[in-house]
Amino acid sequence: MYQYIVRRLFLTIPVVLGVSIIVFSIIRMLPGDPARALAGVQATPEFIEQTRVRYGLDQPLHIQYGRFMAGLVTGDLGTSTFSRRPVTTEIAERFPRTLTLASISLLIATILGVSAGIVSATKRNSWFDNASMLVALVGVAAPVFWMALMLQLLFSVHLRWLPATGMGSVAHLILPSITLGMASAALMARITRSSMLDVLKQDFITTARSKGLAERIVVYKHALKNALIPVVTVLGLQFGILLGGAVLTETVFAWPGVGRLLVDAILRRDYPVVQGTVMLLAFLFVIINLTVDVIYAFLDPRIHYQGKEEG
Amino acid sequence: MSSEPIVHETKRGESAPRAGHSEFRTVIRHLLRNRGAVIGLIIIGLFTLAALFAPILAPHDPTETSLTNRLRPADAEHWMGTDELGRDLLSRMLYGSRISLGIGLISVAIGTGLGVPLGAVSGYLGGRFDIVVQRFIDIMIAFPGILLAIVIVTVLGVGVENVMIATGIASVPIYARLVRGSVLAAKEQSYVTAARAAGIGHASIIFRHILPNCLAPIIVQSTFQIATSILWAAGLGFLGLGAQAPTPEWGAILSNGRDYIRSAHHLTTYPGLAILCMVLGFNLVGDGLRDALDPKMR
Repeated sequence: MYQYIVRRLFLTIPVVLGVSIIVFSIIRMLPGDPARALAGVQATPEFIEQTRVRYGLDQPLHIQYGRFMAGLVTGDLGTSTFSRRPVTTEIAERFPRTLTLASISLLIATILGVSAGIVSATKRNSWFDNASMLVALVGVAAPVFWMALMLQLLFSVHLRWLPATGMGSVAHLILPSITLGMASAALMARITRSSMLDVLKQDFITTARSKGLAERIVVYKHALKNALIPVVTVLGLQFGILLGGAVLTETVFAWPGVGRLLVDAILRRDYPVVQGTVMLLAFLFVIINLTVDVIYAFLDPRIHYQGKEEG
Repeated sequence: MSSEPIVHETKRGESAPRAGHSEFRTVIRHLLRNRGAVIGLIIIGLFTLAALFAPILAPHDPTETSLTNRLRPADAEHWMGTDELGRDLLSRMLYGSRISLGIGLISVAIGTGLGVPLGAVSGYLGGRFDIVVQRFIDIMIAFPGILLAIVIVTVLGVGVENVMIATGIASVPIYARLVRGSVLAAKEQSYVTAARAAGIGHASIIFRHILPNCLAPIIVQSTFQIATSILWAAGLGFLGLGAQAPTPEWGAILSNGRDYIRSAHHLTTYPGLAILCMVLGFNLVGDGLRDALDPKMR
């Protein structure tokens, strides 16, 4: 087990390095002069030359990359060409808001999805099962930004119950987190249901029932514990996807997080900010996946990782 | 579940034309017995017709502006109303189905075209090549959800063609992983050992013997991936990073309509519903195909 965790940790290093190379390459792969891209849209020729020297763009590529990595490690991600503030400051200011939104969405998605999945599996083919699976199908297919607009239209414009955009109070969080969490809730309901149905078919459940245990205990004590293993994996993945999906939700709800920051930065050609936010989101996703794999190793007693070669 | 004899389990690979034919028929029969899949097929069929015959069906030119007819609600002349430039929304929606279907199909073609050979060769050869490819895939998968497509579009620039390339490349790691797994399992089968003993070359073994037996998961994944690519493309269009004006792409129409949501909500409602239906259609068929292609589920 510990061997597996150590090996898994070591596998993360080339991935993080690879991600940093891709992020480093974003500016260099743009058509045209990277110095012009970094200097900003309205830069004078003198300023472009200054930028070239300041960012070391006149140096060979491997030295440029070394500087970039040194910057990453020390938390120096350059300066925004739009606000002229350090990228680290911009991100540090906005990241907690994205994290709040994604966490609350994940919480809502898990509570709704897992409980709907359990009820669906135990009352298979009932009206509740059919209805919740239909809602789940639509929830996965609906574009998150459209759902956001429709909820705004209903709850903010027509009913006037909730604020449409902005932040500051708990009420501001309700619509964005429901919208962002909806697709994840739908997915989790489907996975919980099928995993629960699988487990309920197995021999140890039949044994538990034949011992005369109450159905409630069979379902919630014996079955659920095993059925939740695949759900945990999806939970981790979903958290990463929620951080990425915030790009769309934050735009609709004018929620000033890193997702909105990334989109604005791309539209303004503010490449240092693009690099910083992409690096942060990808790095977080790598860490989340690592955590999920380690939790999974602890949860599933069937898995022994000694000497097992996997990709 | 059913009393049908399971034809394809026997003699797979031998007498290929007949076995393949009856396998295909079995799958189609099971697919057509699945209510969800039939609904999905009907939805996809309707959108395909709309896309093919858009020039005939569309009552107006989708780019023709008319400033006296701005933001009109639905009436006899404009069944879905008009947009902020007085363009007929129904016509734009019909042409939009061409763009969304096109993005879905071409993006999957790019994804399978790159991802399938990559995964197949990597799984078949193993060793150092496999390790390098796997680490490369790990790096691509490190960008969650739509983020990889966003990064690619940032470099390539906006526009429908670049959205196709971006969503296509973003799906490469999914295919490479999937196919590598199937090939690893197939590699140990006796027909591969037999082909090797017969002195058949590696490329021929991979592409003519192994891959045809790994088609089922690729087909299922591709159906879901069309749906995902359509959603990603609409998301990029909505963010202003995808199709640009005056292209009638659903995500972009929706994004423009946002500014008029209080007075003319048809500009956001219809494109969103269209995206939802098309994605739902492909997901339903994907679910049905997965069950129909899995002998255990029949």
